[in-house]
Amino acid sequence: MGFLLASVTDGLLIGFVYGVAAMGLTLIWGVMDVINLSHGPIITLGMFGVYLLFTGPLGLNPYLALLFVALGGLLFGILVYFIAVHRVIGASHLSTLLATYAVNMIIIGIGTAIFTASPRNVEFNMGRLTFGNVTLLGTRVIAAVASVLVSAGLYLFLYKTRPGRYIRAVANNKDAAELMGVPSMQILALSFGLGTMLAAISGALIATFFPFTILAGGAYELKSFVISVLGGLGNPIGALYGGLILGVLEGIIPTFMETTWVPVVEFVLFVLILLVRPQGLLGVKK
Amino acid sequence: MKRSLIFIISLLMVFSVVLAACQPAPEPTKAPEVKPTSAPATVKTEEVAQPTEEAKPVETEEVPEVKEVTAVIGFTTSQTGKYNVSSTRQVSGLRLWMKDVNDAGGIVLSDGTVIKFSEVTYDDESNTDRVQELYTRIATEDGADFLISPYSSGLTAASSIIAEQYGKIMITTGAASDANYKQGYTSVYQAYTPASRYLTGAVDLLGKLDPDAKKVAFVYENSKFSTAVVVAAKDYAVEQGYDVVLYEGYDPETTDFGPFINKIVDAGPDAILGGGHFQDGSTFARQIYDKNIAIKFMTLLVAPPEPDFADLGEAALGVIGPSQWEPLAAFTPESAEQAGLEWFGLTGDKFVEEYVAAYGEDPSYHSAGGYAAGMILQKAIMDADSMDFEKVKAALDGVDMLTFYGHIKFDTSEEAHGLQLGHSMVYIQWQKDADGNLVKQVVWPEEGATAEPLYPLH
Repeated sequence: MGFLLASVTDGLLIGFVYGVAAMGLTLIWGVMDVINLSHGPIITLGMFGVYLLFTGPLGLNPYLALLFVALGGLLFGILVYFIAVHRVIGASHLSTLLATYAVNMIIIGIGTAIFTASPRNVEFNMGRLTFGNVTLLGTRVIAAVASVLVSAGLYLFLYKTRPGRYIRAVANNKDAAELMGVPSMQILALSFGLGTMLAAISGALIATFFPFTILAGGAYELKSFVISVLGGLGNPIGALYGGLILGVLEGIIPTFMETTWVPVVEFVLFVLILLVRPQGLLGVKK
Repeated sequence: MKRSLIFIISLLMVFSVVLAACQPAPEPTKAPEVKPTSAPATVKTEEVAQPTEEAKPVETEEVPEVKEVTAVIGFTTSQTGKYNVSSTRQVSGLRLWMKDVNDAGGIVLSDGTVIKFSEVTYDDESNTDRVQELYTRIATEDGADFLISPYSSGLTAASSIIAEQYGKIMITTGAASDANYKQGYTSVYQAYTPASRYLTGAVDLLGKLDPDAKKVAFVYENSKFSTAVVVAAKDYAVEQGYDVVLYEGYDPETTDFGPFINKIVDAGPDAILGGGHFQDGSTFARQIYDKNIAIKFMTLLVAPPEPDFADLGEAALGVIGPSQWEPLAAFTPESAEQAGLEWFGLTGDKFVEEYVAAYGEDPSYHSAGGYAAGMILQKAIMDADSMDFEKVKAALDGVDMLTFYGHIKFDTSEEAHGLQLGHSMVYIQWQKDADGNLVKQVVWPEEGATAEPLYPLH
């Protein structure tokens, strides 16, 4: 029982971060109808951002570095949008898949050449609290709190600000939004930037408690797909719930079966939801 | 459209994940029985210093014609993908050997032929399919004379089939799985200590340190190499009277070991043995440390002997790892004499010095393995006094030598031809020196130990 409680706690804490990672993917999907295959490498760039700022001459605290990583992620996303995505918006899904996959390969190729595939570690400790079998790591608790704050911030941005309303308008009906005077190109670029910013933030948070390599983002990209379906495609806030569900599943499954079955169960669930409730557990039918 | 597209992608993902989970230890298919043709070197032959008609010396004594032959060595490098670090170091070691031999004037055969070496290599992307495709190309289109394996047991299994099929001698390095040498191959030779002997020394070390510690957990990456290591180590531990309280694999893509570690804690072992490769081993060690698990002894595969493992800081302290070679290992011409073995090649100190000068970093055991693979080939060509396939193969069968890397001798039985018999592992542990810096110390075997083991771990 203690083991189960400890695993659920671990799962919940990491689930918040998974949620933020998936929010980036689902925001881009919902607004732009683009499956961003560069999502994983962007998560990795967030990890390396914190690593370089922490271990470099500045020696920045990882949570301060997070702010720079977030800003960098936003700007990088806007840049990627104009270079690789803008021209294929509205084209077939294959075109957008290839465009973002090309960005993926470029980031991984350059990253491997610079950093090699050697694991990197941000040696940063925020202590731990132990209650029986449950150990709460400071870094994981802070990451969970930061994820909640980021989600709340995104919610407020989307529902309480003009650019946020524009994003929702473009997501709902791009042509109608343009007729109403919404500058769709800028809004699409901003959406892509926000999506990459969220991916970079999740990577930065993960880097505070897991070692990583330039290839580490791939695993989180796959999880983000599952979470996006769980939370409802194109529903960024639902992604947070999806992340929690996935995190708890990852915690519970090893208590009943071999750990190697975790991804199998996750992806079987993924397909079942697509079959039974394609709009996602928390999505609404259009 | 949107839903149908994501549905197709998801189906593909599920199938790939299910397939991956359902094959714990893939066995390579048996190589087709293609008898290698006696393959003399079919490479560029340059006649060196051919005297002209006018310049011919007047002496009647016949001067042997000096021919320089370039032997092409083919291999792939994981320049990208998850084996990038280990593979790159392996190739760095091999290239250093090639440079040393070529700079020393090559191998001179009794008929005066000078053999020098060149390479043909491609990026295998750490991918088995690419290895099959590229080794076929190397063996046929590029006309390689000899092959060196890629890094990892999985990739080597794929390349071994090609080597055997096209009648090429291949020295494997970075490939410990025993199964590869039990497929009936006759031209594949292993430089590494086999996986079946990778962790048995750690069991012995635990027994020496704490005879009362009887509960062990084997946790391992679900890959060909790690599974082979752990299967053998588990059998050995049971033979030694240990109680295996947990025996479980994890997916190679595992990022969060938290729930798995909770499961280990629940089983209450004294020692953890296993791991897989560099990334998962580093993550596992860090999470064990972060959770402050009361574990007395932990030995992980591959990751701890890598110099970069020290980046984990305090999490690296006390972690033990089996290593094919360490700079501290004391294999010398004197120890060869004592053991009644032939000494071959440079000393360990010289290797480290040359490697650091060439690459600006300390060599890992992967680097030493790459250099040793080249030396094994060199010794066989020298003994065979030829590059003829059959003669070199016969020479390899008879190799029994000590090098800076250790003892090299191959199994010549039909059941396990090419399996490494002579070489053995050393076990390192990360400890702190007088200045508080993390350093590797050899803690096992006792005769090669440079420090007392830190015990218990936490």
